[in-house]
Amino acid sequence: MAAVLESLLREEVSVAAVVRWIARSTQGSKDNPGEAAALSSLRPLRKEFVPFLLNFLREQSSRVLPQGPPTPAKASGASAALPGRPGGPPRGSRGARSQLFPPTEALSTAAESPVARRGGRRRVPGPARERGGRSLEEGVSVESLPGAGSRRLRGSGSPSRPSLTLSDPPNLSNLEEFPPVGSVPPGPTGRTKPSRRINPTPVSEERSLSKPKTCFTSPPISCVPSSQPSALDTRPWGLGLPPGCRSLQEEREMLRKERSKQLQQSPTPTCPTPELGSPLLNWTGGLTDELADPARVSSRQRLELVALVYSSCIAENLVPNLFLELFFVFQLLTARRMVTAKDNDFELSPGALDSLESPLFQSIHDCVFFAVQVLECHFQVLSNLDKGTLKLLAENERLLCFSPALQGRLRAAYEGSVAKVSLVMPPSAQAVSFQPETDNRANFSSDRAFHTFKKQRDVFYEVLREWEDHHEEAGWDFEKGLGSRIRAMMGQLSAACSHSHFVRLFQKQLLQMCQSPGGAGGTVLGEAPDVLSMLGADKLGRLWRLQERLVTPQSSGGPCPPPTFPGCQGFFRDFILSASSFQFNQHLMDSLSLKIRELNGLTLPQHEPSDEDGESDVDWQGERRQFAVVLLSLRLLAKFLGFVAFLPYRGPEPPPTGELQDSILALRSQVPPVLDVRTLLQRGLQARRAVLTVPWLVEFLSFADHVVPLLDYYQGIFTLLLRLHRSLVLSQENERKMCFLNKLLLLAVLGWLFQIPTVPEDLFFLEEGPSDAFEMDIVAPEHGLDSMPVVDQQLLYTCCPYIGELRKLLALWVSGSSGRSGGFVRKITPTTTTTSSLGAQPPQTSQGLQAQLAQAFFHNQPPSLRRTVEFVAERIGSNCVKHIKATLVADLVRQVESLLQEQLVTQGEEGGDPAQLLEILYSRLCPHGAQALALGREFCQRKSPGAVRALLPEETPAAVLSSAENIAVGLATEKACAWLSANITALIRREVKAAVSRTLRAQGPEPAARGERRGCSRACEHHAPLPSHLISEIKDVLSLAVGPRDSDEGVSPEHLEQLVCQLGQTLQCRQFLCPPAEQHLAKCSVELASFLVADQIPILGPPAQHRLERGQARRLLHMLLSLWKEHFQGPVPLQLLLSPRNVGLLADTRPREWDLLLFLLRELVEKGLMGRMEIEACLGSLHQAQWPRDFAEELATLSNLLLAEPHLPEPQLRACELVQSNRGTVLAQS
Amino acid sequence: MILTKAQYDEIAQCLVSVPPTRQSLRKLKQRFPSQSQATLLSIFSQEYQKHIKRTHAKHHTSEAIESYYQRYLNGVAKNGAAPVLLDLANEVDYAPSLMARLILERFLQEHEETPPSKSVINSMLRDPSQIPDGVLANQVYQCIVNDCCYGPLVDCIKHAIGHEHEVMLRDMLLEKNLSFLDEDQLRAKGYDKTPDFILQVPVAVEGHIIHWIESKASFGDECSHHAYLHDQFWSYWNRDGSQSCSGWSGIPGLGDSSASASQSARIKGVGKHFLPGIFVKYVCR
Repeated sequence: MAAVLESLLREEVSVAAVVRWIARSTQGSKDNPGEAAALSSLRPLRKEFVPFLLNFLREQSSRVLPQGPPTPAKASGASAALPGRPGGPPRGSRGARSQLFPPTEALSTAAESPVARRGGRRRVPGPARERGGRSLEEGVSVESLPGAGSRRLRGSGSPSRPSLTLSDPPNLSNLEEFPPVGSVPPGPTGRTKPSRRINPTPVSEERSLSKPKTCFTSPPISCVPSSQPSALDTRPWGLGLPPGCRSLQEEREMLRKERSKQLQQSPTPTCPTPELGSPLLNWTGGLTDELADPARVSSRQRLELVALVYSSCIAENLVPNLFLELFFVFQLLTARRMVTAKDNDFELSPGALDSLESPLFQSIHDCVFFAVQVLECHFQVLSNLDKGTLKLLAENERLLCFSPALQGRLRAAYEGSVAKVSLVMPPSAQAVSFQPETDNRANFSSDRAFHTFKKQRDVFYEVLREWEDHHEEAGWDFEKGLGSRIRAMMGQLSAACSHSHFVRLFQKQLLQMCQSPGGAGGTVLGEAPDVLSMLGADKLGRLWRLQERLVTPQSSGGPCPPPTFPGCQGFFRDFILSASSFQFNQHLMDSLSLKIRELNGLTLPQHEPSDEDGESDVDWQGERRQFAVVLLSLRLLAKFLGFVAFLPYRGPEPPPTGELQDSILALRSQVPPVLDVRTLLQRGLQARRAVLTVPWLVEFLSFADHVVPLLDYYQGIFTLLLRLHRSLVLSQENERKMCFLNKLLLLAVLGWLFQIPTVPEDLFFLEEGPSDAFEMDIVAPEHGLDSMPVVDQQLLYTCCPYIGELRKLLALWVSGSSGRSGGFVRKITPTTTTTSSLGAQPPQTSQGLQAQLAQAFFHNQPPSLRRTVEFVAERIGSNCVKHIKATLVADLVRQVESLLQEQLVTQGEEGGDPAQLLEILYSRLCPHGAQALALGREFCQRKSPGAVRALLPEETPAAVLSSAENIAVGLATEKACAWLSANITALIRREVKAAVSRTLRAQGPEPAARGERRGCSRACEHHAPLPSHLISEIKDVLSLAVGPRDSDEGVSPEHLEQLVCQLGQTLQCRQFLCPPAEQHLAKCSVELASFLVADQIPILGPPAQHRLERGQARRLLHMLLSLWKEHFQGPVPLQLLLSPRNVGLLADTRPREWDLLLFLLRELVEKGLMGRMEIEACLGSLHQAQWPRDFAEELATLSNLLLAEPHLPEPQLRACELVQSNRGTVLAQS
Repeated sequence: MILTKAQYDEIAQCLVSVPPTRQSLRKLKQRFPSQSQATLLSIFSQEYQKHIKRTHAKHHTSEAIESYYQRYLNGVAKNGAAPVLLDLANEVDYAPSLMARLILERFLQEHEETPPSKSVINSMLRDPSQIPDGVLANQVYQCIVNDCCYGPLVDCIKHAIGHEHEVMLRDMLLEKNLSFLDEDQLRAKGYDKTPDFILQVPVAVEGHIIHWIESKASFGDECSHHAYLHDQFWSYWNRDGSQSCSGWSGIPGLGDSSASASQSARIKGVGKHFLPGIFVKYVCR
């Protein structure tokens, strides 16, 4: 493995080739043969490369990140599963299993490999040798196979074994020696302390709000037997462990002690003590952070290469967990300081910068440089994080310093982001109301059962209330407090149907209480609106934010917390455990399965793309919300289903091995799955609804016991999930494929699943990913849920709160360096309210109370009322936006158009810079957007009540009706205003931009024609001949003139005159006239004139008179002249009159008659249709053509005659005309 | 006025290997006095186009071109004023305008160093005055003016007819108070290919539900139906369709639409805006 990395660093192979190699795609011809050869020799090791790389990076960074929250490295590798590995259990070994190591533990390879490689050359320091003796197979293999570098390094692929090295910082492992200072250990410390140094101050409430603070080193929650269920969440790490898990714990403990012993023997105390101070001090600036300086980065190129490989692996989804890697990179970015500036372990190899033998990260500068390099490659992911994270990133001074470009992009992304995410939601939970359709007497077998159920209902809520009141108290225990009461109640549920009733109630209550994100609602039942909620929504929001900050631990569960039951969910879990009723569990599973199937199959509104582009945004928000509700419900249900279904198989004992395991496998493979999740998954994938199905499936699977992943049935599922994971390459944007955030959600949940302890670690890396095969078996329908933007950041963070760890990491950095950087953490100053003012303040001003009242109102009304009100609000809100768009925005656009016209007139034709123009317009118009809110409010106010009234039954009591109306108005207004205030500016900008480009385009090519184009007169009845007819008619005349023609063919003079008249009519009625037709008419009329001038039109009539009378010809020409002058709106190609071809027509006539041409030319000049100069030029060019000699002479005379004429005012011209025509005749006769 | 298939076929029958000239059209008019010139011309043009499509390859072999060109040169050498090119076209049964283009191309190849671009040729055909050789200019002009099925003038006439009928259709829709979106509005909404009109409220015509109307100023014989289907209908369908399409019913009557938009094409059972609709094939006033 290292060989690959090294050959990369030596630039023997390209990054692209390596990534292709890892991705197991067939090596393309693009690879040069050398590369291919270098890599193909390493083929068997391919699947170990990524784990190796990840571990390598973790190890390398261990000197930098010892004090931060640990990054679990799913370190392992295929080797962990290789049979015959001494001491290691076979597949899915438990020993290696839970070792998702904090980086410090994982470090071994880098330090070790050079040591091993050098073998004799280098003096191996004492402890290494000692280690060689202790950690058996590793040491042995290293020493005994000095030549096989790559093979040797394989061991490093699984740092899960107790490999210990010099560079292990002592602070992490020797807890006895370095107990956390300044923290009060909540229990017997030392023995089972986590490796983390920070002890979060126990805030009683925070427990319920956050995931427990166990990282991956902790045992899964599922180990807990029912004996002491209440201890789970509320106790610090490790204490709630049942004896069985404890054995694991002990094992780990032994390792730890072992290591610390070695460290104590180590001759080089590697770590100074500052980190060992109070963690509080650490984070608040007790540490002097090193300034990172881009100029001081050592071996840039090497870092760049590794960063590139690493980024590519991440981008190709070759790493199990995208966000884990990002977390790691963020850790590097925010690393405070190096443990020791120069570790003497490495000082032996300062020259070998191009290999792995020198540490990759030699300083903070290196770390930050590397991190920024990687982040640059993942800008797209970053830009989709929540706004808070983006802000912290954009304000990170290290980022600014190392990559101003990236910082700029992030800042832009931050400014454009609307993804505000809050995980603390206002609590909303009520008891499930009586459901007349299911809870009535008719649904019970007997009166007794009915009454028992009524009683049970009361007991259930009593228990719930009691839990509410007490569960946060120290020393209160669920089992002790409620266990017997619950069991007594369950005992009364004799009839099967009572069970199903109770389960329904249980499930409904579960959904109602826990659906809010994290199920974190603090208050549940019957709690009177307290002082806080009387402060009003705004202040309440602030308080929530403050509470969120106070209560959310700085770092909760790390980026990969084990599955937990936060908040109210804890009650339901404990209830199930305490009840320990087989019937109840079975009914619950049935009910959960049914509901999951139902919700999973729900047809979620299919978005119609491009239907009404912007306008449907409003509807979209509703649909997105609906999707979120369904998804969160599904996840909750699936979590409990998984919990209950796998409950019997999870025990305290360590996972079985060997034959025992085989027999268990044989047995378990007989058991049908509680819910056919494989089929559901397959269908989900086929229907392109992975974004709905996979997240809940992951929740379900996260509670699986150790045996489950080994069962064929579930193996199939994992294979599918792995392939899906590999196929979700974020950079591949494909409109028919999945939306970005959908992908991100799936990657996050899948990544999390792959880190769950029960999922065999080798599963991920072992899988040969024929991702193309995966693509093929999806017969994708046109629009699946996957390709719709159903996921937003709020949902992403709600489903995967661990992504928020990224933000916390950055926030920690800021808070640590706030003194220096000016303090980015804004203080929330909650307004204090004196009791007197509180009393004076009427509670109805509070929006919070209002909302509660509305909830209460609906609670007591039939569900259809709520649906109606919500429907009305939704439609009216949506219509409101459309209305605003059609009125206010359209008006603004009209204003823009007139403004633009003005601008164009004042600035002349060239206009000015369009972009600048646009900005001016924006700045003038966008302020008007503010009106939208008022208008919207008014619209909703006006429209909603009527709609509600129309839809509710006539008999609805007046009070109910008016309340419903008011609520509908409120909801609709809220919806519309929320959309408008967020989008109106963007909408105006978009519309204005479109209008401007439309106007400019219209101005563009033929401004004159556009400006002058006239329509028909108002009185026009559009009876003029059709242009097509006229063209056709004139064409006929022309073809007659050109010939060949029969002797009896010809046109009557009347027909000609009529034709020209019709032309005039057509030109005046422009109803049917399109520009090309007009152009052709113009051209044809000119041709016609030419034939008239040359007297070439065959006239029907008495045989002698086949020619048009001179006077008639003149009249026709006159008519044409006035048409050209008055009625044509496009250009008329008059110069064609003097084209050689048309003048040439005259050459054939005998005797030649020039007077008509002369007449025509004069008229053209007189009417201003052609300039004298223009005619002159045309005549001049005529001379170039070859003519009969006499014709050329006559032509010259004509032009002389024409040009010699003085430019006379009009009256004289008339007189002149007669003279000239005489002269023309003379000329003709000469 | 609806032209039956039999009538259409009868007219088409008379048009077998008839040159597309004024004279042919005149004879046709004498033969079918009840039909308007526009109707006859449309059928003539359509039938002749089919004929040319079948045969035009043989006129485009280099031998053929060479021999035509030589014959043209010989012809004009004898008498430049005679309709050499037109006669040649009629003799070899090729459209005069197309023959003119052929010869012009050949001529320019000989006289210019670079082979002429299509746009240059088109521009010369539109305005033969630009042709450097006066004799050829006259010959080409003669061909174009005498061709009633091909050439820039005919193209313009067809285009004008299409435009006029669209306008008429709009007027009729307005008159009937049918609410519709026209092509410009549809384009503004972002559709790239659109029919002429989409009815905002579908109507039933002769028992069929109509969602859109596309006006085509040519007769809907089977061949061109299929061509339209291919070029346009499926384009609309692809932009709209989600369901399968069934019931393409062929040609119940060759169309005309004064008040009763006869339906020459209809699709049933398909989605929203676009389908089903009609192609209005020919409109006489």
